[in-house]
This record gives sequence, structure tokens and C-alpha cells, in this order.
Amino acid sequence: MTLEISGLKVSIGGKEILRGVDLGLAAGRVHGLAGESGSGKTMTGLAVLGLLPHGARASGTVRLGERDLLALPAKELNRVRGGEVAMVFQDPATSLHPMLTIGRQLTEHMRHHLRLGRTEAKERAVELLGKVRIPGPAQAYGRFPHQFSGGMRQRIAIAIALACSPKVLIADEPTTALDVTVQAGVLRLLRGLCDELGLAVLLVTHDLGVMSAVADEVSVMKDGLVVESGPRGRVLREPAHAYTRSLLGSLPGAGTAEPGGPGDPGGPGAGPAPEGER
Amino acid sequence: MSLLSVDDLVVEHRSPGRPAVRAVAGASLTVSAGEVVGLVGESGCGKSTLARAVCGLNPVTAGSITFDGQPVTPLGLRRRRLTGIQMVFQDPYASLNPRRLVGDQVADGLRTARDTVTSPADLLERVGLPREFAGRHPHEFSGGQRQRIAIARALAARPRLLIGDEPISALDASAQSQVARLMRDLAVDAGAGLLFISHDLSVVRLIADRIAVMYLGRIVEVGDTAEVWADPRHPYTKALLRAIPKPDGMGVLPAELPGDVPDPVNPPQGCRFHPRCPHVMDVCRGKEPDFGPVACWLHEPR
Repeated sequence: MTLEISGLKVSIGGKEILRGVDLGLAAGRVHGLAGESGSGKTMTGLAVLGLLPHGARASGTVRLGERDLLALPAKELNRVRGGEVAMVFQDPATSLHPMLTIGRQLTEHMRHHLRLGRTEAKERAVELLGKVRIPGPAQAYGRFPHQFSGGMRQRIAIAIALACSPKVLIADEPTTALDVTVQAGVLRLLRGLCDELGLAVLLVTHDLGVMSAVADEVSVMKDGLVVESGPRGRVLREPAHAYTRSLLGSLPGAGTAEPGGPGDPGGPGAGPAPEGER
Repeated sequence: MSLLSVDDLVVEHRSPGRPAVRAVAGASLTVSAGEVVGLVGESGCGKSTLARAVCGLNPVTAGSITFDGQPVTPLGLRRRRLTGIQMVFQDPYASLNPRRLVGDQVADGLRTARDTVTSPADLLERVGLPREFAGRHPHEFSGGQRQRIAIARALAARPRLLIGDEPISALDASAQSQVARLMRDLAVDAGAGLLFISHDLSVVRLIADRIAVMYLGRIVEVGDTAEVWADPRHPYTKALLRAIPKPDGMGVLPAELPGDVPDPVNPPQGCRFHPRCPHVMDVCRGKEPDFGPVACWLHEPR
């Protein structure tokens, strides 16, 4: 396990938000975390990076290798954040700084964490932009976030997260603010990067369709507890817990004919479409 | 005779120093009484502009909008006689007045309809909220509850056409289909038409009788929901439907539609979809298909 969360409890103002969460992230696997809003999905992601709101108290352990992230002093935690563990947020319009160029935002933490020089950092940044398939990466380097569309911005946010070659990527609803067509591209990118770079990804989403498309393992949260956890195929097709069944049952068009019809799911130029169990 | 008919509508956004953006470029649509029409498309395709124009919130550049045989006039400072169209907006956190009681806001709608019999609490009951909520303020409610209040307020004016402009996209996944179903049931019960705008096809499929697919200011395909879903004919509709990930636990990544929506300031020549279309032909580059119900040269009516 690259990252292991055990018995994680978070309370804010005496109210227990998380009541003992256990999760394990393995390299090269996507772990999906589902549940309705208020169930503590996002808080779990934030707790890993020590980004909890003021006044929150966390207990339990978050193990990254030999270290317990919850017990690390702030200075050492800063080395982990953005370096070994990176995060992608829901809304790329607010997670990118509007007044700094993409290049500046891509190189800042590389220079800090990896101690790269200006030119080296720039080279790597352009390479990363190419990897997340931004057209014309060299020109894009000097542009500002408002010059890109929503899908492009989210790709840039992913590139920023990947800049220091993290081991763990926490993606908090990365496609919720995007259109379905753009979402498809971002999901393919995430899956491809996970397979290629051996990232351990924690994908927080409420969309079980998204979950089914990219996650290897699925955990379902309710009221600060993980109620069901297991391989994607089992959890989504033979849910054991009543709450998972009700989540699946509340989906529009549950149990009816499949949309789309018998079309070619790949299409020209599309990346590899993994079929069945992985 | 349809309740609402939008005919070759053009809406341009003008701002000083910039070229005019043609957000809606010749869209035609009809809604009959008691019918639910779903309008879908990617963000930036002009669906909201179309809805706002129908409401009179955006000035019309060309084309016509008729409601019940009467042209829709722009909404101004004068008192409006045309109260048959009511709208539910996207963000219930912004569309309700935070300083007024929920009951008072619903009562505004009742006053518009000159209804002195119904009380706001009755309407709250109809949207599935307890009667005593009328005495509370909007901040005491969750997103789903607020959107129900916004629906109650719109219904209070006894509309014959209800417009929902992405009414569910600000809500939780668990509340989305509930609120969408509620809107449908209430509109159909009241015999009103419903124009439901969303980028979420799976919800539109659930509630709409007909679907209109919009791309870059034009409606590219209109048809019965079941038909469009089972047999999409326009390449864009096909791509949209294929992009929806299915929660079947199979791990199939959704198909990607290459490219981005072109800039509406400078739309491509010919068919607007041709730069992204997998079946592009020579005729597509030169001439725009201006026929329906499927605006595509592959489905030219003979």
C-alpha cells in the first residue's frame, strides 16, 4: 500500500465528521470514494494533506511509507504536500491563480521541491503540458488560465499536480464541473496517467458512472464511515450494503436499457479502452 | 397549435469594443401544453440564452418568439401582463432573496396570478415541504429544498409555460432526479408546458417527452426522447450519448469527442459541427444544413 488511512477521525467544533475511516491506496490503482455530499468524502481527502479547516481535530493514522502524515510537523508536511502527495480540486476556474501564467504556476513548486533551475523547470513544464495533451505546449506556457476552456484548465491543474512526480494523487470531484464530452477526455487522461506513471489515485466523486469507468476499487461512505469497500465490479454490480443499493437505485434510468446503443466505444484516435475486470 | 413557438431565433450579445457574439444563431423550437421538452448541449452552446430570450430577459436580434399566439416582449420596467411564462433558475442560493421569508417570496407569485385563495403553505406542500417552512428564511434550507421553494414560487404564478434553466445542476446527485421528476409532475398536472434545460442527458431522458440537442447556437436534432436515445442520428448526438459513463461496474472508459466547442464569435464555415465530425464530407464544409429534425447532410430530407 502506498498510502494507508486507518481509523481516521475528524471532528469540527465537537461534531464528528469522520468516524473512523479505513482506506488503502495502491500504486497504479484508482480507488474511488463515493457517497452523497456531507458524507465526508472531501474531508477524507483534505485530512490526508493536512488541509482541514481551522478548528478541526484529526486522529488516527495516515501512513505514507514509514511516516504518519497526521503526526508530521508543519515543515515536513510542506515537503510532502505538492511533492509526494498532490491534489486536484473540483473547479479549475478557482483552483488556478487567475493573474499568474500557467508556466509560473507549473514551475513554482518544481523549483521549490525538486530544486530545479529556471530553464530545467520550464523544459519539464512544457513536457508535462504535452503529456496532458494541451495543444501547442510551448505557447501555452506563457498564457493565463482565462485563455483556456474548462476542460483544458482541469488538464493544466492535473499537470501542476503531477509536476513533482507524486506517488499519490487525490482528485476531489475532478470532472463534476465539466461537460460530459470534456469529462470523457479528463477521465481517459487520469486513467492513462495512473497506468503509465504508477500513481496511486484517490478519486472522490458522487457520480457512480465516473466511478465505474475509472476506479479499480470502490468505497462507499455514509455519515463519516465507509460502509462498503471492494473491487469495482462487485460493489457496483452486487452491492452488499443497503445504502449502496439505494445509491445505485436512485440513478436516473437505473435498470433500464443501455444508452448509446451498439456503437464503437473507442472511436478513431481514442486511447485504450479497458474492458472488463482489470 | 403549440403553446410556445420559437422561429429562427437569433440572439446576439454585444459589448463595446468586441465583435458581436451570436449565441443563438437560427434556432427553432416548439413546446405544446402539457409537454416536456428537454434542451441539451455542452456549456457555451446557447441553451441558457435561448431560455432567457423566451422569458424576455434577452433582447432578440432576429426571428420571433410567440407564446399563445402573442409575441413575447422584452422584460422592462413596466408592469408585465405576460405572466404565463415562469422560470426556475440554476442556482437556488442566488435566486431566492436571503432577507425575506420563504412564504412571502412564494406569495409574490400568488399575487402575480391574482390568487387570493391559495396560501403559500399550500404550495410548499405541493412541492413536498412541510407547511410551517413558510415562516423561515432561505439560509435554513439545503440546496434541494431551496430549489423546491423556487419551483413553488414559479408555480404560484400559475404559469402555462415553466422554464427550468439548469435547475438541477447546482444540486447533489441524490437530489437531482427527485427535483427533476417533481418539476415534471407539477408542470404536467397543471397542464403547463415545460422547457427543461440541462447538460445532464441522463436526467433529461428521465423526464422529457421530446429532446432538442443544441450545438453552437443551433438545434441539430429534435425528436421523441426514446427515439433519440435508442437511435441518435446526428453525429453530435451520438457523441454526446457515448460520452456518458455507465455505472455498470465494467470499467469501460467513455468515448471522447475530440476538439473543443469552436468560438461562437467565429463559427466554422458550413456545418458548425464539421471540424469535430467523424463523418465529415465535402458538402459539410461548404454549406450549412438548414433543415430539421436532424440538421445533418447525412440525413437530408428528400
